[in-house]
Amino acid sequence: MEINKVKEKMTDLLSDVFDGATIMVGGFGEAGSPIELLHGLIDHGAKNLTIIANNAGNGNIGLGALIGQKQVKKVICSFPRSPKGITFAEQYNKGEIELEVVPQGTLAERIRAAGSGIPGFYTATAVGTPLAEGKEEKIFNGKKYILEEALHADFALIKAEVSDRYGNLFYNKTARNFNPIMSMAAKNTLVQAKKIVQPNFTNPEHVITPGIFVQKVIEIKEPIIETIAIEEGLTYP
Amino acid sequence: MININSNNILKGWDRNTIAEKIANDLPHGSYVNLGIGMPELVSQYIKDDREIIYHSENGLLGMGPSPNENEIDYDLINAGKKPVTILPGGSFCHHADSFSMIRGGHIDYCVLGAMEISIKGDLANWSTGKGIPAVGGAMDLVAGAKNVFVMTQHLTKEGKPKLVNECSLPLTGASVVSRVYTDYAVLDITDNGFKVIKIADDIPFEYLQSVTEGKVYQ
Repeated sequence: MEINKVKEKMTDLLSDVFDGATIMVGGFGEAGSPIELLHGLIDHGAKNLTIIANNAGNGNIGLGALIGQKQVKKVICSFPRSPKGITFAEQYNKGEIELEVVPQGTLAERIRAAGSGIPGFYTATAVGTPLAEGKEEKIFNGKKYILEEALHADFALIKAEVSDRYGNLFYNKTARNFNPIMSMAAKNTLVQAKKIVQPNFTNPEHVITPGIFVQKVIEIKEPIIETIAIEEGLTYP
Repeated sequence: MININSNNILKGWDRNTIAEKIANDLPHGSYVNLGIGMPELVSQYIKDDREIIYHSENGLLGMGPSPNENEIDYDLINAGKKPVTILPGGSFCHHADSFSMIRGGHIDYCVLGAMEISIKGDLANWSTGKGIPAVGGAMDLVAGAKNVFVMTQHLTKEGKPKLVNECSLPLTGASVVSRVYTDYAVLDITDNGFKVIKIADDIPFEYLQSVTEGKVYQ
């Protein structure tokens, strides 16, 4: 029997997601953002989710739409402001959604640490700022650092350019961003790829995320382009 | 002490001139991160005698200018989420590697905007203390880049000094700024105060001191 992580149906891909799950969402702005998986999560209906992402959604599609459906109780991100980030702003201003702001590099490193078995690390980022409050300090070679802890997740929603049946992935340009490290940090990594090649990658040098970090993959041939979708007024559901 | 109001605010360098002064101070072969907004202007003033490599936090080293309308690729964007291009010799990496370039001290210069800069080199540029807090990569850049340059107007829109004894806004980093480029002067952060490196032709030294909190010296 052959290993095959490819699923035909979105419901099979998302079948294990549960209420109260912590979910990493790849992407930086629209590049690498798994919009179709997020729409699948809206159809799935899981609630009280904690989302770890760089942003908190734009417009009423993808993460913005998931928040709009009130499925998210908390967002951990570096930059929750977007030109059309209306759904998060509305709920934040009413006190209906929690926010943990993390410096972007610390966010990336906390995710990388989780995927690498590192429970915490010291960094100079945010020392002397409000974001260091309550964090353990330590001096190394006369310089102050703060302790940051690894960020784990139950699931990661990832967008890749190409996958094979093993879940080996590569990405397109700056759509790579958080996707490889989130793939490593989550217990279950669920991927949408624009193309699935059979039976496997012909050149192992091209693999950016090795399949060991990936549990399920679905092919989404023509994913929504956020900028164009928002211009056209697309919303979901 | 000059009493500053909208009638006696002097006009110094325009933003293009400030950008040119920064561009002239970036050495050949430098790896540079330009903040979103006014600092982006700097790339337009790099002279032909040098090559500078631009880093964008979202995993792009060797960033090029904006694309033509028909070349826009929404998978190729900068840290401000605007479409850009990649130059020959450029590369992509994931976010942790991209921030290792910053946090590991590999970026030679970053140029950022500011709300306040203290005499000790503290920088406040991410939060007014109101609205939804959003920090992005600013705290990583000031903590990790070898040289932190600030590009800013000398005064706020209300005519108040941005160069102050103590920042009143939430800090981005403490004792992190190396040099400040304003419309009035180029100033280094030193143990003795703001040291004037260059001053705009139309700006008297006494005026510069009067619109700056803390000691300014030549």
